[in-house]
Amino acid sequence: MATKSLLKRESELANTQRQLEILSNGIFQSGELPTFASKIKETNQFPLQPKKIEILQINVGYMCNQVCAHCHVDAGPDRKEIMTRETMQQCLDVIEKTGAHTLDLTGGAPEMNPNFRWFVEEASKIGVKDFIVRSNLTIIRANKKYYDLPEFFKKHNVHVVSSMPHWTRGKTDKQRGDGVFDKSIKALQELNAVGYGIPDSHLRLDLVYNPSGAFLPGDQLALEKDFKKALVEDFGIQFHHLFAITNLPISRFLDYLIASDNYEDYMYSLVEAFNPAAVANVMCTNTVSVSWDGWLYDCDFNQMLDLKVASKIKHISEYNEELLQNRNIIISQHCFGCTAGAGSSCQGTVA
Amino acid sequence: MDKSYYNPRDLKKFGSIAEWSKELGEKFFEYYGKVFEEGALTPREKSLIALAVAHTEQCPYCIDAYTQDGLQRGITKEEMMEAIHVGAAIKGGATLVHGVQMMNKVNKLEM
Repeated sequence: MATKSLLKRESELANTQRQLEILSNGIFQSGELPTFASKIKETNQFPLQPKKIEILQINVGYMCNQVCAHCHVDAGPDRKEIMTRETMQQCLDVIEKTGAHTLDLTGGAPEMNPNFRWFVEEASKIGVKDFIVRSNLTIIRANKKYYDLPEFFKKHNVHVVSSMPHWTRGKTDKQRGDGVFDKSIKALQELNAVGYGIPDSHLRLDLVYNPSGAFLPGDQLALEKDFKKALVEDFGIQFHHLFAITNLPISRFLDYLIASDNYEDYMYSLVEAFNPAAVANVMCTNTVSVSWDGWLYDCDFNQMLDLKVASKIKHISEYNEELLQNRNIIISQHCFGCTAGAGSSCQGTVA
Repeated sequence: MDKSYYNPRDLKKFGSIAEWSKELGEKFFEYYGKVFEEGALTPREKSLIALAVAHTEQCPYCIDAYTQDGLQRGITKEEMMEAIHVGAAIKGGATLVHGVQMMNKVNKLEM
C-alpha cells in the first residue's frame, strides 16, 4: 500500500486537468457511454442548479495521519495545505449569517489543523443546528494530544461521522492501512464510553461505509444492520446510522481503477445504475464546499478537481448566498458516482 | 460469431433474451427478481446460495454477477469460499453417493 500522496509521488493524476481529460476521453468521447450532461438532458435535469443551501462543508486541510487507497482528497501526512485562522474567521463570519442548518468539517484529518479546536469552539458559540466533524477515528489514538477528543466533541455537541469500510480487520486495513481497524475499534469504544452512538443519546455517531474496491455499495439499510450486529457482538460497539457512499472515480480511486484495469467496467456500472431520482437530490444542490484556502465549490469532489463554482462569487471572503444560489453546477463524468442506484452523498443515499 | 463462446460484456445483455420471446422472458425476469427479494431468507443468504450454485453450474456470467453482488453486500471472501465448498461438497457427494449404485450392481452380478 502506498504511503505517499499522488502529489508527493509526482503522479500524473495529481494534475486535476489530467483527471478531467481521462473522465472526458475514451469510452465517453467515442460515445460508447453517454456523458453525464447528455444523460441528465434526457430527463430534463440539465443544467443542474442548486436549491436552498442547507449544508456548509468546510475542508480545513488535506493533512491526514492516514493514506487511504481510495481517498478522493489525496490526503496524507505529506500534504501541507492547511486552513489558516484568518480563513477560519472568514468562515465564522459566514456561519453567522448563513441560512444553512448544517456545518460539516472535513479534511484530511480536520483535527490535525492547529486551529481546529479554536474553530470548533467559536463555531459552536454561534449555534449550528447540526455540527458535523468527519473524524477518521485513528486520529483519536494517534497521539496523546488527541486522546481527549471524545470529551472535546461531547463538550461542543459535535456530531461525529467516521469512516469504517467493514466490520472485519482484513477489509478495513486493506483500504485504510495496517492497524487502522484495531485503532478505529478502540476509538469507537471511547466515543461510546462518553455517550456517543448510544441509541437514545443526543451525541450522534454515524459511520461512513465506502466499498473497498471497484464495486458499488449495497443497500444502505441492510449494510447498517450487518454492521450493527457485527460491531455490537464482536466489540460491544454501538452507533446510530451508516452512510453508504459510492467511491467517485477521481484522485487516488481513479489511480487505483486505472492501475487495476477496472476503470471502464466501473464507469459502465455507474452509468448503468444511473437514477434520475438521485439527480434531483444530489448533494451539490444543497451544499457549498469551502477549500482550505477559502475557495468555493459545488461539492468536495469538484474541490479536488479544482472546479470552482460558476458564479461571480468564488471565495468565502465575498460570500453571498443569494448570488451563489443563482448558478449552474459544474458537472463531469465523475458525477455518475453520486447518481448511481440509491445515490450517494456525504450524508449517504439520497433516493 | 465471436471467436470465443463467452464474452463478459454479454452479461449486460442478459435482458435482451426477452426481445425474441417477450412474454416468457418477462415472466422469467419477474420471477427472478421476486426470488431474490427478502423472504424467509435474507438477500445476503440468497446471494451466497446463488454464488455456490453459480460454481456448481460453472456459469462464468453468474460467478461474475454474484461475486460482485456479494462484495456489495459486504460478504467476505472467506464466506464466499465456504459457500463454494458447500457446493463442491454436494457436487462431490452426488458423484460418490452413486458409488452405492455401482456397489449394488457389482454385488448383484458377482458370484
